[in-house]
Amino acid sequence: MKATIPQPRRGSGSRADARFQAVIVALASIVLVTALAYSVVLLLNGASAFGREGLGFVFGSNWDPANGHFQAFPFIAGTFFTAIGALVIAVPLALAASLFIAEYAPDWLANPVAYLIELLAAIPSVVYGLWGIFVLIPATLPFQKWLASSLGWSAPIGPGLFSAMLLLAVMIIPFIAAISRDVIKLVPNDQREAAFALGATKWEVIRYAVLPYARAGILGGVILGLGRAIGETLAVTMVIGNANRFPQNLLSPTATMSSIIASNFGEASSPEFVSSLIGIGFVLLVVALVVNFLARIVIARLTPQGTV
Amino acid sequence: MNTDRPIRLQTENVGVFYGSKDAVRNVNVSFRSNTVNALIGPSGCGKTTFLRAINRMHELTPNTRVTGKIMLDGQDVYGSDVDPVDVRRRIGMVFQKPNPFPTMSIYDNVVAGLRLAGEKSKVKLDETVERSLRGAALWDEVKDRLKAVGSSLSGGQQQRLCIARALAVEPEILLMDEPTSALDPQSTQRIEDLMESLKQQTTIIIVTHNMQQASRVSDTTSFFLIGDLVEHGATEAVFQTPKDERTEAYITGRFG
Repeated sequence: MKATIPQPRRGSGSRADARFQAVIVALASIVLVTALAYSVVLLLNGASAFGREGLGFVFGSNWDPANGHFQAFPFIAGTFFTAIGALVIAVPLALAASLFIAEYAPDWLANPVAYLIELLAAIPSVVYGLWGIFVLIPATLPFQKWLASSLGWSAPIGPGLFSAMLLLAVMIIPFIAAISRDVIKLVPNDQREAAFALGATKWEVIRYAVLPYARAGILGGVILGLGRAIGETLAVTMVIGNANRFPQNLLSPTATMSSIIASNFGEASSPEFVSSLIGIGFVLLVVALVVNFLARIVIARLTPQGTV
Repeated sequence: MNTDRPIRLQTENVGVFYGSKDAVRNVNVSFRSNTVNALIGPSGCGKTTFLRAINRMHELTPNTRVTGKIMLDGQDVYGSDVDPVDVRRRIGMVFQKPNPFPTMSIYDNVVAGLRLAGEKSKVKLDETVERSLRGAALWDEVKDRLKAVGSSLSGGQQQRLCIARALAVEPEILLMDEPTSALDPQSTQRIEDLMESLKQQTTIIIVTHNMQQASRVSDTTSFFLIGDLVEHGATEAVFQTPKDERTEAYITGRFG
């Protein structure tokens, strides 16, 4: 008996398919080409900064536009300090919030709290910046003064490294908390029951069954927060003090890669100045790519292999 | 039925409510030490609900309530002075779907319960791993790769790992909720073989959908229907000379 397998319709159908594919490929290429193009443009325009200063552009600390010195290490360090500091503050708080929402709070409380936290992510960063200047800095200044006087540091002015860390922490908490909550909710219930059935308390269930299972996803949220903290510009520029030098201590004004670009681009008079700022932009891009790349490796290694 | 063995677990008028709906009513049954006891019945009959009442797992689900008494060695596990954590250490559980902790090694999976109980001695942990894995008939297959993650095992091996994990804390009762329903026939066979030796060290209560399995492995059988315990007795008697016509209808395959 001859099998009657329906054949795909030839003719107009397959031509339409080919056209559709061409459009999709073209659209996708635009994204790729754009990304490639701006990397190249950043590199080409920043190249003269690398050419003049050599490795000193990345590792030197002499940033003196008036005398034509452009060494960006203080800002690279500033970006790392603010981002890492923000993570140190934000991760425990975000994790606690996500555990509260996903594991402890009853629904009538969990849903509004989760919604409010996600709402924080929608606030424009200039608003965060204003809040930083008018609320966060005045509120923490007494603590900053106390810290400075007990450690023998020079008196803080308010804007500075610490204020930037704190503000960034507030800004990235919603990202980390929202993603952590989602991955914690995705932990299969049978994992919780396995731990409960062994005589685990609620906290032990979270520690032994929930967090290990969710760790890759939580780390993904942390990396997203880190990416945001590294790139965040406006709010940081508003509260970091914009001093073109390496910070003397936790409270002193300094700058980050993104804040130095934002606060100087308008006044960059010489071609050297402009190319140095673009060069910093290129370094920032590379840092962001490396962070993402490392994150993917770590996440892949931490993801639990599927159970039956 | 091994009537010479002491009664290990006895229930008095046990009922389970989901909200206002009663899923299980008035269950009075006793299980003797070192026996295998099967709970059978069609889907939704309350056998798993009853099983989960025994180690107080229902407390994890909001709006679920258990009434009556469940006496373990003469003490009500729902007594006001009894800690549910303690109950679950004494009454182990194996689930329908193998659920080893996927980020832990085989070794760490087995000793998870012991570590929760605060055991730190390396010697004791090592001993327990070997004893439990031998008890679960898994030792020979995994002894060379105890550091591998538990989820690298096959489904049947994972379920035996879960049995080893439950055995490690030397439970007085081992609850098994359809432990072979997710497994292939060969793995099922191995776990059924295992039960005969497991009852030397513990008392097993097993929910099963599979009546052949119940008749092969168990000493007693309890038949549940729509939340009621219809019949309980020696497995041979329940299968060959059921007292209730509903039991007979079920085991002869007229419904279910």
